[in-house]
Amino acid sequence: MGYVPVKGGTQAIDASIKRVKFERLKGQAILEIETILSTMRALVDQVMSESSLYSPQLAALAIKQAEGSMEEAVFLMRAHRSTLPRLYYSESVETDAMFVERRISASFKDIPGGQLLGATYDYTHRLLDFNLINEKKADNTQWLQSYAEELQEVKVEETVERYPKVVEYLRKEGLFEQYEMDNTEPEDITKQNLEFPASRSARLQVLTRGQTGALTSLAYASLRGYGEVHPTVGEVRVGSLPIYVKHPNEEDGSEDEEFYIGDIQVTEVESFVPVHVKNENNEEELEFEIGYGICYGQNETKTIAMSILDQCLEHLNDEFPTHDEEFVLLHIDSVESSGFISHLKLPHYVTFQSKLDSIRQVKKGVQVNES
Amino acid sequence: MKANTHFAFFDEGSKKEIRRATLKAVAIPGYQVPFASREMPIARGWGTGGLQLTLSLIGQTDVLKVIDQGSDESVNAVSIKKLVQDTTGVQLTECTEEADIIQSRHRIPECSLTKEQILVLQVPIPEPLRAIEEREYMTKRMHAEDDYSGAWLMLFEQIMKFGKTATTADHPVSVHDRYVMAPSPIPRFDNPKMDHSEALILLGAGREKKIYAVPPYTSVKSLAFEDYPFTVESFEGAHCHLCGAVDVFLDELIDHEKGATIYQCNDSAYCIEQLNKQEKVEVESTYA
Amino acid sequence: MHETPILRVENLCKQYGTGCQECQDKERNSVEKNYCKSCGTVFAVRDISLDLYRGEILGIVGESGSGKSTMMQCLYFDTDITSGAAYINRPGKENENVFELSSQQKRMIRNHDYGMVYQNPVHGLKMNFSSIGNIAEKLIAAGNRNVSDMEATGKRLLTNVHIPLHRMKEEPEKFSGGMQQRVQIAKALSNNPPILFLDEVTTGLDLSVQANVLDLIKKIQRELQISMIVVSHDLAVIRMLADRTIVMLNGEIIEEGLTDQVLEDPQHAYTQQLVYSLL
Repeated sequence: MGYVPVKGGTQAIDASIKRVKFERLKGQAILEIETILSTMRALVDQVMSESSLYSPQLAALAIKQAEGSMEEAVFLMRAHRSTLPRLYYSESVETDAMFVERRISASFKDIPGGQLLGATYDYTHRLLDFNLINEKKADNTQWLQSYAEELQEVKVEETVERYPKVVEYLRKEGLFEQYEMDNTEPEDITKQNLEFPASRSARLQVLTRGQTGALTSLAYASLRGYGEVHPTVGEVRVGSLPIYVKHPNEEDGSEDEEFYIGDIQVTEVESFVPVHVKNENNEEELEFEIGYGICYGQNETKTIAMSILDQCLEHLNDEFPTHDEEFVLLHIDSVESSGFISHLKLPHYVTFQSKLDSIRQVKKGVQVNES
Repeated sequence: MKANTHFAFFDEGSKKEIRRATLKAVAIPGYQVPFASREMPIARGWGTGGLQLTLSLIGQTDVLKVIDQGSDESVNAVSIKKLVQDTTGVQLTECTEEADIIQSRHRIPECSLTKEQILVLQVPIPEPLRAIEEREYMTKRMHAEDDYSGAWLMLFEQIMKFGKTATTADHPVSVHDRYVMAPSPIPRFDNPKMDHSEALILLGAGREKKIYAVPPYTSVKSLAFEDYPFTVESFEGAHCHLCGAVDVFLDELIDHEKGATIYQCNDSAYCIEQLNKQEKVEVESTYA
Repeated sequence: MHETPILRVENLCKQYGTGCQECQDKERNSVEKNYCKSCGTVFAVRDISLDLYRGEILGIVGESGSGKSTMMQCLYFDTDITSGAAYINRPGKENENVFELSSQQKRMIRNHDYGMVYQNPVHGLKMNFSSIGNIAEKLIAAGNRNVSDMEATGKRLLTNVHIPLHRMKEEPEKFSGGMQQRVQIAKALSNNPPILFLDEVTTGLDLSVQANVLDLIKKIQRELQISMIVVSHDLAVIRMLADRTIVMLNGEIIEEGLTDQVLEDPQHAYTQQLVYSLL
């Protein structure tokens, strides 16, 4: 009989849990958290982004515990997140205060401040590097040393300069609408159930914690034709942002009373999408709108995808699933989708018995009619 | 970095929030109350809705029973029990009468529950109209407008096509003559147990983020036309090969030696209880 | 006539767009046809009032874009109105402006007092449900819970509209356009609604099929004494069906009267043009 005998489930589970531990330990190698943190940056970033919990340390632990399984690692982080009370909301962050590590624009060759490639795989050739099989610590140390020497020769600016946003220049030209500052308190989707039509703040929260693959696929579908958004990437920037919280007991809200609680690294994307609008004289005009994406860590594909989907959902359209907010927002969460798919492994004996009965009764009924 | 877990996993703020949604659900029988469903240490779709209800309700002196498709020892039931016990230390039981809270997936126990007990059902898809309308925005309006013709039309079409309603588990019910509700995928056999149940029945859908309830002594009617009455699964002529019970929901098994179909109580705790009773009678009669 | 109308519509307006100072000021004349050149607002239905009496067929004729279908959609609550009122002669509720009711109450009116036949059957039928199920849907919505009863009603109606009963369990998507239209009529009639709306029901059908459907409507009116509003751009259809006729242009009523009168002696230039093109 299957795996639900009248007795014995407890022992079977214990044995299974032992077995999965054995699988992780049997190779006799110990993966240090430090090793994950210093060599698996992309994985750590992706886990933090999908679990919407910014902690490289915990993400590395989750990756270790989950034997590198993305869905398991995200799941662990989310479950841990549920045990943490929400004590503060941070003050809103101005991303032009970002300490930029990388910043490119696909819209303009010559953006004020210039293009800054930073660290990216974009221009590497994807050839397996067999030298890494026998990587030597001494070689690496030597490489690092010579790299440090190279950097010595680079001229350093006297002051730290802020990179202005590309969009600000276009806004000055009148190509983007000027919006009033909207300081409505954003919704918190971890405290309130998502309702439709969803507010933009709720939408962006769902998108930023969405599964990387799911976002990428849907945004790709929209680009290919199952959607109406064909953006140009105005700006991709990766860098760190300082986070502040207010003093919990002092209400006066002066900026001096804010406490710096640390930096987070994020990827931010602004996509420019041409749209038709009517002006005051009822004439058609072309204007740009912005699709916005922001994610924890360096997750560029996901963030661009997010900016596309944000713009898709700004223009709801029954013809395309990518422009349907329930379709997009309810199906991209890693924990939800992987959980429901995997629940099919649970026994369904009773429900199946009920189906059997129904089919048999219908068959019986048909036979009676025929005879 | 290591954090101590709270009693019953959640912080108190989260529990209160869930209990508030639960109270609202009790106040509006059959209405799906949205709540900020938390990610749990077990997977979405594996009973997180029921688990959140249980954890928000349970106190140190409560006795808990968890069943999955009728079985206390089903792997997922064991896993849920383990989690609750690890975070609360409460007493567990397999005996239905002893339990204060019974969390169940897809079954209502055979022996009738009392007003001292709470039945928590795990729900995969809480929306009874989802098969008719995929959009939440629309189904919410249909409930608000008491527009259930779609649900009835499905039944009508089945009768036209098959000569009878062909619903399986999760046959929709009307609660307190107002809201049409998905009873969770319990077999039709269990639907009548909800009607005027003495025990409070709470239903939790974690992934879909809804809580709803059937308060004690509330009318629960399975949708059925006047001339095509609601019917439950038939086990005519069958009995449990272990305890001999009839009038219970039976699992169909294959006797590997004889190749014949045999039946066994789906509610394993009920079966064992029947067997114990029989043994007691036997022992007593032997000594008498 | 001293009889109380079964449906009374007063000053019904429907506009798309917010309007501007230019078009609100009648003297400035910024509205051309029904379109404000200044702000782009479309005035689809402008200040329409009409009465519908028991058992009569009221025809509404006009070119496409004249606002006649929009007006019908407003009456059937398919689209929200901008302003105006409608009163249905129901016991105790004669003075209730039905546009001000809750969506639940509007649904009740659709299920009990109204029947609607759309130009395109896709809007009136569930194409992938059985034909008998489509009729039952309306009966279910009105509270019927008896299958045999609904099946009997459905069979009677399908017979009335000449759908062979051996096809009643088939889905309308498998039917021809004329058959679909007849199923839609059967569905609209299922609750014996006192008021029936017919929106360009013969447009797009073959001539022989058209005649068939028109005969059917005439027969229904004779036998069931249902009040109907028939919208059509085709004066021939109106001539055949309607007792009284309203002519609409650019969202406004430009002429109304007994159908014969309107056809014999059209007053407005546009009506004259319409009538002469028919001859």
